[in-house]
Parts: sequence; C-alpha cells; structure tokens
Amino acid sequence: MTQFFNDLFLVAMKDLRIEIRSRVIVNQVAPFAVLVLVLFGFALDADQRTLRLFAPGLFWVAILLCLLLAVQRSVSLEVINDSLLGLKMAGLSPSSIFLGKAMAVFVQMIFLELFLTGGVIIFYGTSIDDLALWIVSGLVAALALSATGTLYGALASGLEVRETLLPILLLPVLAPVLIGATKAYSGALGESVTNGWQWTGLLSLFALAALALGAMAYGVLVEE
Amino acid sequence: MTHLGYLIAGWGISLVVIFAYVISLFRRARSVAPRVPLDRQRWMTSSE
Amino acid sequence: MSTRKIFKRNQGATSSPKSRLLGLATLFGLVTLFVFAFFLTDPDVRLHPTTGEEIGQFDAVRLLYLHVPMAIIGPYVAPLVGAVASVGYLIKRTQWWDVTAHAAIEVGAIFCGLVLLTGSIWGRPVWNTWWEWGDVRLMTTLILFLMLLGYLALRRVAPDGQKQARRSAIVAIVAAINLPIINRSVEWWESRTLHQKSTLSELKIEDLTFFTLMMGIVVFLMLFTWLVLHRFRLGWLEKESLEQDVLTSIEERRSEATVNEEGTL
Repeated sequence: MTQFFNDLFLVAMKDLRIEIRSRVIVNQVAPFAVLVLVLFGFALDADQRTLRLFAPGLFWVAILLCLLLAVQRSVSLEVINDSLLGLKMAGLSPSSIFLGKAMAVFVQMIFLELFLTGGVIIFYGTSIDDLALWIVSGLVAALALSATGTLYGALASGLEVRETLLPILLLPVLAPVLIGATKAYSGALGESVTNGWQWTGLLSLFALAALALGAMAYGVLVEE
Repeated sequence: MTHLGYLIAGWGISLVVIFAYVISLFRRARSVAPRVPLDRQRWMTSSE
Repeated sequence: MSTRKIFKRNQGATSSPKSRLLGLATLFGLVTLFVFAFFLTDPDVRLHPTTGEEIGQFDAVRLLYLHVPMAIIGPYVAPLVGAVASVGYLIKRTQWWDVTAHAAIEVGAIFCGLVLLTGSIWGRPVWNTWWEWGDVRLMTTLILFLMLLGYLALRRVAPDGQKQARRSAIVAIVAAINLPIINRSVEWWESRTLHQKSTLSELKIEDLTFFTLMMGIVVFLMLFTWLVLHRFRLGWLEKESLEQDVLTSIEERRSEATVNEEGTL
C-alpha cells in the first residue's frame, strides 16, 4: 500500500517538475484565463454589477477552458517520449499512474483557481463572503475536474484528432460539475442565496465517483 | 385539425430521418458484404 | 438508384427471414399507429372549470404518440443497452458485445435527436416556447445526446480493434453512470419543471389515447430492435471485412516471400 502511494506521488511529482521547468501553465494557460475573463467583460457589459452577478458562472466556464488545456498538456507529456510505456515497464500500477497524473492536474487547477479568483475580484469586483464554503467547494470541484479530465485525456490520447475530440467527450460529462460549482460559488461569493453546501455534497459525490472509475478504467486503457 | 404545420413537421421529419438512416444502413451493408465470405455472415448460414 | 432496387439488392446483406418478418410487422405497426394517432383518437379538448372556455392541447397531442415512445427508447432503453453491452465487452472481450454496444448507441442517438426535435415542435404550441431551460428531462436528454455524439465521434476516429472497443466501452459506461447525476443536478438547478405538471397527468387520458400511447411504445420498441439488428449486422460485416483485408495482405506477403526465395535459389 505504501508502495502504491509512493508510485502515485512519484508520477505526480514527475508531471509537476516538468511543469515547473517548462512553465506552460504559468506562462500560457494563466494569461489565457485572464484573457477569457476580459473577453467575458467585453461580451457582456462594462457594468460591473452585471459581471459581478454572473461572476461564479463565468469563473467556472473559464476554469473549464483552462482544464482542457491542462489535460491536453498532461497527455502530451506521456506521448512525447512514450513515457507511459516507461512507467508501465517500471512496474507502476495503472491506478497509481492515474491518481498521480490526476493529482498533478489537481495542483495546477488549484493554482489556476486562486489566480482566477484574484482576477474576478479585481476585474468584476466580487468579494468572498463565505470563506469555508469557498475553500471546500473550490477544492472538491478541482478534484472532480482533474479526475474526470485525466480519464478523458487518456481516452482521447494517441489519436490524431485528440485536440478536437477531447472537448466534445469531456464537457458534456462535466455538466453537473459546472452547475454544482457555479451554485456553490454563488453562495460563497454572496451573489445569491443558494444551498452551497448541498451542492458541495453533489460535487464530492462526483469527485469520488470520477476518482474510483478513473482508477479502475485506467487499467483497462493502458493494456494497449 | 389544429396545429397541422407542427404535426406535419414533427411526424414528417422523424419518419424521413429514420427512413434515410435505414437506406444508408442498407447501402453501406451492400457495399461491404461482398468482401466478407458467406460463412462469416452468421444470420445467412443459420437460417437459409 | 431507386429505393426498390436498394431493398431488393440488400437481400442477403443484413437481412434474414426473421428480420424481414420483424421489419414487415414494424412497418404494419407504424401504419396502424399513424391511423390511430391521426384518425381514430380525439384531439385533447377540455372545458375550463370556471370560464367554460375550450382548453387543452387540441390536435398537438397527436405529436405525443410519436414523441413519448421515442423519449422512452432514446434516452433510457438505448443507453442502458449500450452500457450493459459495454460492460459485457469488458468482461467477455468479444466482438459481439462491442458491435452491439455501438449499434444500440448509434440508433439511440438518432432517437434522442428526434425526441429533442419533436419535443421542441410540440412545446411551441403547448408550452408556448421552443425550448424550456427549466425542464429537467429536456436538459438531461440534451446533455445525453451530446455525450452520445461524443461516443460516436470517438468510434469514428479511434484506431480499430481492441483499442477502440476498450475506449468506447469506458465512455459508454461513464455516460450511463453520469446520467442520474446530471438528472439530479439539473433538477436542483431549476426546481421548476414543466414535464410532469402540464402534460401527461393533466392530459385527458381516455382509453383510446392510452391504448394508442402503449401501441406507440410497442411499435417503436420493434422499430428499435429492427434498426439495432441491422446496424449490428452492418458493424459485424465491417469488422469482418477488415479482418479479411488483413488475411488477404498476409497471404499476399507470404506468396511474395515464396517467389523471392525461389528467385534467389
């Protein structure tokens, strides 16, 4: 069992170390996220009240777009040197590879969420009303997104049309996460009175199901 | 009959789509069938 | 090419005597359903309890004899069959389960699309809107439809064989597991829903209306079975023809090799 967690940690650190050296998320995805926020501003209204009202939804749509990029990046790390084969040859269990890769994406999503929260506070003038709800729902949603994203990234990997196939496969599946996270954030950012904790419960359920399914399905996928 | 336009649109489009799908299935089957030996088409050997 | 020729020349491709019988019965059922839906049943007209005005769906109700059966098969029966067949594939790893899952989901996607379309056409006169964001079943069906399209897109591009089958099976199973979660989240998202309130329970369900609805469900289940049967056989033929191609090219290489050997000797 400790071996399992060692392997998991090893894979996660491998991906994160590559990220720290290449800075793709920091130099490309994070600026893109800010750009999306600004574009929403252009598209909707210069009026901050409107933007503030829709801030939770816009925030999570921007995060979904970033997730697509982060997952593409996570997949391409394995494709370039065929390192997935290397990991398998090294005797790592598929579940630990999956959880490790999901954990690396999770850390990146947390970074992007923090970054974007700063963005909506500055650009849209939102404020955090319920700190506990904000932290917990943000963490749980990131977990749901990274687990599902990693599984679907593997499903689309190795195909010529990976870039175009991933969104149509992944985004419909994430519909409940978008709804739940938006509702939870509406409560946390004080935009409307919603039962944010109930939504966080739904997000946790989704995250657990995605982690369990992904860990099982990865074994089937990497048989190739 | 009220709502005749809606009725024609609803029933018409549905039946046309299903019919077109059936035709496309038949056409594709016809083009691929000659390349498969008859003993690998189980429904043929078992029933006729 | 005329339709008749296509039907005639198709004999021997994906038809068998039994499937032809089922096809004829389905065709007969569709015609009967049409007659019942348009000529034998009455339009939905009721009198308002206080004002005495005529209210109801009037003749728009005739769309339901088409919409309801497809709405049972497209978003419920077909994905279920697809997911069960996908689980079957992951256990048994045979081509049969894989092709069955593909067939059920492709036909299901067509039914889902038609459900959304006929629902929209029916909703315009009855709910006074083409699209109702607050309706749970409508939104769930739409998301499911998109997931099924994703499945079919993956089917189209994935390399053939085991790899494709494994990936598709996982997508189908995840979609089926996700379905109740989507349903629940949309239900909480907008707690108001039009479906149960204003349609079937309020509808003046007479014996003949009910009978026609039930008949519609049976006829469309037959149609679904017939379509899946033919789609299955087509999928089977396609897999077999790929296998034949491989066998042929192996044979060719082998004969080339013998020629070369003889040449060098």
